[in-house]
Amino acid sequence: MIQLLRPAQAGTLESNDIMITVAPGKAATGIVLELDSLVMDQYGEAIRQTIAETVAQQGVDDLYIKAIDRGALDCTIRARLLAALARAGVIRQEAVV
Amino acid sequence: MTDLRRTMLFLPGNNPGMLQNGGIFGADSLILDLEDAVAPAEKDTARLLVAHALREIDYSGSETVVRINTLDTFGKQDIRAIVPCRPAALLVPKVQTADDIRAIAAEIAAAERPGQAPVGIIALIETPRGLAEAYPIATASSRMLALAFGAEDYTAALGAQRTKEGSEILNARAALVNAAAAAGIQSIDTPFTDVNDETGLVADTAFAKQLGFKGKLTINPRQIDSIHTVFNPSIKEIDWAERVMQAIRQAEAEGSGVASLDGKMVDAPIVNRAERTLYLADLLGLRKVGKA
Repeated sequence: MIQLLRPAQAGTLESNDIMITVAPGKAATGIVLELDSLVMDQYGEAIRQTIAETVAQQGVDDLYIKAIDRGALDCTIRARLLAALARAGVIRQEAVV
Repeated sequence: MTDLRRTMLFLPGNNPGMLQNGGIFGADSLILDLEDAVAPAEKDTARLLVAHALREIDYSGSETVVRINTLDTFGKQDIRAIVPCRPAALLVPKVQTADDIRAIAAEIAAAERPGQAPVGIIALIETPRGLAEAYPIATASSRMLALAFGAEDYTAALGAQRTKEGSEILNARAALVNAAAAAGIQSIDTPFTDVNDETGLVADTAFAKQLGFKGKLTINPRQIDSIHTVFNPSIKEIDWAERVMQAIRQAEAEGSGVASLDGKMVDAPIVNRAERTLYLADLLGLRKVGKA
């Protein structure tokens, strides 16, 4: 099990971007995702799935994620989430792509 | 992919909107920029964004080039993350010596994955030392594809005043074109920074073409059409090239070792230029169908 070392953030609120904040979750609460998106009705589930898959690949257990989406592509969502996790100290920068 | 680099358009590496739309502008090359366009505090996020963009966004109409940071800052991390994502080349800033290129080439070789097409190097020459060493730089590695000129940093280092007509960079441009040509690689001109001055852009690009540059660094999508128009062979140039080739064929048919056109001898450099013109014209679909 890998624990988050510190809260961290990556991304912006500009068009086509997503701002992702990660913070340690309470023990045994799993991944908690709070998502706000301009395209929630159309792509909310797909965004949730992309975030869940990316986190699962990193082996993080208890994690709180807040994501404010401004119409980001999948590759942007993954890049911003991995950047936030790297900044949190969960993964090494070079290991994430 | 061809070696056409009439336009090399910079896209800021930490801007998802620009990265995802970069392919639609029709530039010959896209430069996904991790250096000057990215604040130091965002180098890590931009590197990831560019790496994922290279893997997932369709840039099939354009060559992909990534401007990395220098090796003494974030360059090694950039190379390790970016090279496995298969860009065509890296644009390396502030190259001063051939050793700089050899160090970059070694880092690239270490980062490449088995079976991957070799990642090329384009050296950005933007210091007086770099210009003085331009030929050794151009020949430092088989990965070298081109020398590009960065006039703003260069004139700042000289203490020269930068002007729109550019007489202060004439010698530097000519020296850079010569070094690249001597090494058998391309030369790419400095950007024209006033994006609202189309007349000035056309004049500056035409002068660069006249000096021998093969393309121009491009800082705004609005500049692309004008630059392409200048670098495309004109109807007059294509017509001349076709007549040169016709004269060569005629001389051969007549068993003559010497061809002439309009009273001037047609020798090897003339033929080379004509062939290059027709190659570009064919590549760009500018020749009339059915005309030999």
